Order: sequence, then C-alpha cells, then structure tokens
Amino acid sequence: MTAVSDPNQLADLLAEATDTRVNLDFESEGMTLNMGPQHPATHGTLRIVAKLDGEQVISAEPICGYMHRGYEKIVEVRTYPQINALINRIDWLGSFANEVPFILAAEKLMGVEAPPRAQWIRTILFEMSRVANISLFLGDFGLQLGGMTAGFYAFRDREHVLNQIESATGGRFHPNFDRIGGLKDDLPKGWISDSHVAMDKLLAFCDEMEDLLVGNEIFQSRTRGIGIIPADIALSYGLSGANLRASGVDWDLRRDGCPPGLVYDQADWKVWTHPDGDCFARTWVRLQETREAAKIVKQLLDTIPAGPVMAKVPRIIKVPEGEAYVATENPLGEMGYYVVSKGDLVPFRVKIRSASFNNISIVPWVARGAYVPDLISILGSLYFILGDIDR
Amino acid sequence: MTPMLASFAPPYWLSTLIKVLVVGAVVPTTALILGVVFLFKIMSWMQSRLGPQEAGPRGLLQLLADGVKFIQKEDIAPAGADLWVFKAAPLVVLASTLLLYVALPASAHLVVDDLDVGVFYVLAISSLSVIGVLMAGWASANKYSLMGALRAAGQLIAYELPMVLAVMGVVIQAGTMSLNGIVFAQNGGAIFGWTGIGNPYILTQFIGFFIFIAAVQAELTQPPFDMPVAESEIVSGYQVEYTGFRFLIFFLAEFATAFVFAGIAAVMFLGGWAVPWLSANSDWYYVLGPAVLFAKVMLVAFIIFWVRFTYPRLREDQLQSFAWKFLIPLALVNIVATAILKVVF
Repeated sequence: MTAVSDPNQLADLLAEATDTRVNLDFESEGMTLNMGPQHPATHGTLRIVAKLDGEQVISAEPICGYMHRGYEKIVEVRTYPQINALINRIDWLGSFANEVPFILAAEKLMGVEAPPRAQWIRTILFEMSRVANISLFLGDFGLQLGGMTAGFYAFRDREHVLNQIESATGGRFHPNFDRIGGLKDDLPKGWISDSHVAMDKLLAFCDEMEDLLVGNEIFQSRTRGIGIIPADIALSYGLSGANLRASGVDWDLRRDGCPPGLVYDQADWKVWTHPDGDCFARTWVRLQETREAAKIVKQLLDTIPAGPVMAKVPRIIKVPEGEAYVATENPLGEMGYYVVSKGDLVPFRVKIRSASFNNISIVPWVARGAYVPDLISILGSLYFILGDIDR
Repeated sequence: MTPMLASFAPPYWLSTLIKVLVVGAVVPTTALILGVVFLFKIMSWMQSRLGPQEAGPRGLLQLLADGVKFIQKEDIAPAGADLWVFKAAPLVVLASTLLLYVALPASAHLVVDDLDVGVFYVLAISSLSVIGVLMAGWASANKYSLMGALRAAGQLIAYELPMVLAVMGVVIQAGTMSLNGIVFAQNGGAIFGWTGIGNPYILTQFIGFFIFIAAVQAELTQPPFDMPVAESEIVSGYQVEYTGFRFLIFFLAEFATAFVFAGIAAVMFLGGWAVPWLSANSDWYYVLGPAVLFAKVMLVAFIIFWVRFTYPRLREDQLQSFAWKFLIPLALVNIVATAILKVVF
C-alpha cells in the first residue's frame, strides 16, 4: 500500500523520480525538510524547502525574499549621491563593486568621464573588494564542509584588504567612495606600498588555502563530481561569474565587455576556466580569480597616473533624459544597473541585475538526486550573498 | 606513604562509595580540562585567535562560567517530544561514559575494577552511547535530530568493527585482555632483548594505533567524522532541541569520552600509567601512575583534537566505504601479520 493516495500526486512523484533517477521503490511520501530561513548554511535568510527520500534530495526549492529591502523602489525617491550610499548594501562583502556599475551608468547618461587617475583607483578598489569577498568565500566554504580553521584564517587575512579599503575610503565595509565623475578623495600617503604588502599577504593566504582546504583529500571527495552543471545548462539559467567559468564557459565581463571607466586592459591577467562544472571547479576557479585580482591590483598600483581624481561636474546632479545599462564583473558575477532617467534629480526607474539571484535559480535543477550533505556543498560553492539575492 | 596505601583494604561498602565519588569527581574534571585546554586554548592557537581571556586567569575559568550559565537556563522540551525518552537520553549517554571509566587503570591498584576482559568491556560499553543518541534523536520530534540520530546509528556500524579489529593486534601481542595486563606486558617487554624502554605497542602496532584513533574520532563524532552533529548540515543533529543542563550533560559526556578513549589508547599503545625505567610493580605508581597516564592522555588527545580542528567533514557513505574498504582490510592484515610474528618470535 502506498502512502500517497491521490493518483495525480503519485504521478507527479513518479515523474519526478524517473526524472532524477531517485529510487522510490517504497513510494513513501518522503520527508519535507524546511532549511532556513534560519540555518547555518544559508548565509542569512534563504529558505530551502527540500523533499527528501532518506538523505537523498528529490526536489529542493529556494525561497527568497526574507530580506527584501525594496531598493529598486526606494531609489526612485533618492538623489544619485544618496543612491550610491544605499546600493553599497547589496553585496555587503564586496561593497565598492556595487557602486561602480551604477556610477558608470550615470556617467554614461551624463556624458562625463572620470580622469585617468580616478579610473585607475576605481579599478584597484574594485579588485580589492573582489579579493575581500572571495577570500571570505574560501574560508566560509571550508566552514560549511566542517573545516573550522579555514574560516578563521579567511577572516584574519581578509582584514589586510579591509584595512586598505578603509584607509583609502574611510569605510571598512561600505565605502561610498565612488562619485559621478571620479572619486571622493585622493589616496592617502603611503597607501600604495601598504597595498603591495597587503596583496602579498593575500597571495600567501591563497597558497595556504590551497594547502589546507582545496588540496585536502576530504575536501576533494566532498566536492569533486558533486553538483555538476554543464555549460549549456549554466548558460540557460543565466549563471555568471565564477559559476559560469567553472562550467567551462570562457566569459568574463572584465575582458569581454568592460565598460569605459575601468582599466582592466592596462594589466596583464588571465581568465581561468575549469571544464568539470562541479563544486570543486567552482572553488578552484574562485581561488584562481582571487590570485588574478591580487595580481591586477599589484600591477595597477605601479602604474597609477598623476592628476586629479574628479572631473568637472555640477554640484547638483541632474541626469539628462535617457536610458543606460552598464554591467560589470562583480565578485559574485555579472551585476548591472539599468537606469532610466527623465532628466530629474532622481532616476525614474532603476533595475538591478544582481548575480546571486540568477545563480541560485539553478538550485532546483542541480540539487535533484543529491544527498543532504551535497546540497550544502552545492549551496556553498554556488556562493550567494543574501543581500545580492533579495536587494 | 605508599606502603600504607598498599595495605589499605576498606570494607566493600566503603570502597564502593570511594570509587563512585572518585569517578563522579574525575569525569567532570577531565571534561573540563580537555574543554579548556583543547577546545579553548589549543584551538584558538591553531586558528590564530585569542580565545577566552576574561573569566579567571588567562580565561581558564571560562568553561566553569559556561557551565554555571547552562545550569541557570530553563529546561525546555519541545511540544511534540516524547518526554520520558527525551529526558532520559542524556543520562544514557553519560552512563555509558561513566561505565567506561570503570575499566581505565591509573596504576596497578588505582582502578575501579580491573576486569579480565577489560578491552572487551570497553568496546562493548562504548557503543551504548549510541542508544542514548538514538533516543535523543527520536524523542526530540525534530527532523534534524532524527537525521542526526540515524546518521549516528549508521556510523556505529562503520567504526565499531575497525576499532575491535585494531585492538586485536594488541591483545594478541600482550596475550591478555586485561588493561592492566597490557600495561604490565608493555612495561616488562623487550625489543629484541633490549629492555631500555620496555615494549610500547605503538612501535609494532602503529597500524592498529592509526585505525584506533580514526575509529575513536568517529566514536566521538568529531571532524572528519562529525556527520551526526554536522552543524552546517543538520544544525547539531540530535542535540538541537536540548537546552541548559541536558545539553551540558551531552557536552560533558563528549569530552569525558574523549578523555577516556585517549586514556585507553595510551594504555594499549603507549605503555599506560607506567614509565619504562621503573618496574610496573613499584609502589611509586600510586602517585606517579595518574600523572604519567595524564601526560600520555594529553598527548593522544592532542592528536585527536588536532585532526578535529584541521579536517573538513566526510559524507556518511564515504565514511562507510572508508571503513569497509580501507580500515577493515588493513586491520585484518595487521592481525594476520601480528599473529605470524607472535609465533615466529
């Protein structure tokens, strides 16, 4: 006798079972496990409703919106400088990277270009926030797989980057430093040599992580062959960033669609891809990305041109009528702002395309048939920030 | 002083009372020591942070403060819980730990009961705690608890057999199952006729030692085998619904079990309470034995906790294949090799 009496429901279950090759011999209803909104592996308030058969996941559905702050609506009544302070909070681990695409979109509408020195510093701070963000990922992923020490090392070494960001911008987490037409301030004295030291420490941290975590056999057995996302599926779900590159798609907005105002072409660096598309590939690609980011910073530090950091812009910013979409390669993936202006002090509409929202949309596809511990590996390796999902 | 101790033969009721009091005092103390030294100090040192600093000198009383805090907390049981089972579960786990201490010798006479089948007894009693874990998981009426408990039960099958097979080599070599007998055999042993350091079995049974430590790691549900309490997956598993005093009992039992298993490893592989250059029959061991054993326990515990703080967590099925495809064959080879060498020499 089956526990499922409704024939339609049974048919659905069986269809799911054949779809995912889950063994449903006993045809029990399984167990619905509600993970979150409070759960240690969801980085905040993501909720995942998982249907389980034993420890095997039949289906997993992410439910977001528990941290929705209505940014897209709020910014319709905020002036452009105010918006800049607000959107820092989207991806809170790489805050400066949130400001840049918005400012670039506004600059594009106004026809302003930042002076070269400002462009250089912008790119440096952008990459620093990438290092700060992804170095924490490396530790946090270790933490989720049970390796506590990696997490503490990540928090320790991320501090070197945060110190540099703080001494340049005044804000450790939320710099609010980018301005339409340039930057708020010039760099403080001695910042360049200090940044070199900080980046060297981060490169050493990457080596340490490779020894401690990524090279660890247990880590590899927990991530290799788990949560495989083929390239075509990754593209059709709109994945971006390291998640896409780990599936073997060689696509990076810094190289393939860098908006004017960032100077990635001035540094010698490489876009890493991995053919496997599994959790290990995603971790490995991020590890390499951190190293490349640190290298970009070190190269650009040596070539910062002299000059002003602010172009001539009016004191009260009114953006002329028009529409612009600017996207950059943020730590989590493609982040873009579609800004519509009616020539007012405030934008008429802003659509925020944040990477994590698309990145977690693949969870139902990739989690089917996985075990519960694998679900944690998959969620951890997809790497989302709740603020980036819910805005 | 020592001859007086040797001739001390109290009546049965008094000796039982003393033993109960000693075990009752020793178990929380050992848990406290391991907690403070490893969980707070060594772990902080390995993870490049400071650890507790405020409570007591250098933060050494932090765990005591935590314990007081736990006792103050309200004793909450979930609405759907099976109350009797829920409340009894921590006590079952603690009872298993207390019973383990019965067989651990701190010197030839400082032992609650020197059983002839000490090794057998220890291995049998240690698996009792899983019953408590299953009770906790089932009675909590929580899905995470249930999954954790079932994982613990599944894990038992994986590590218990390698553990038994690992100590078999020691038993063959010593020719006795009594834990004190094993200490005497090591103390009086010789390496190819050289009696300088006796014959600690870690030299010949290093494979057994490795398997035993791996199995102990699984028994204690510590990383890399902490699936039953995996915090990032099932939110501390069977402990998730426990608060206050009952949680404290789980905590005490975990660390006290870590201590006693480190002690058993020290007895079986490192020569136990004896030091090589002093005959095991010496009366000095009344005072020296516990200190020597304690030092060796800390050494073994350091290895256990070092692994705990370093490695990520395996998956349940990976532990099964690790145990069945690697540890058990290795242990069997070890037994055969030990048996052959025992006959040859």
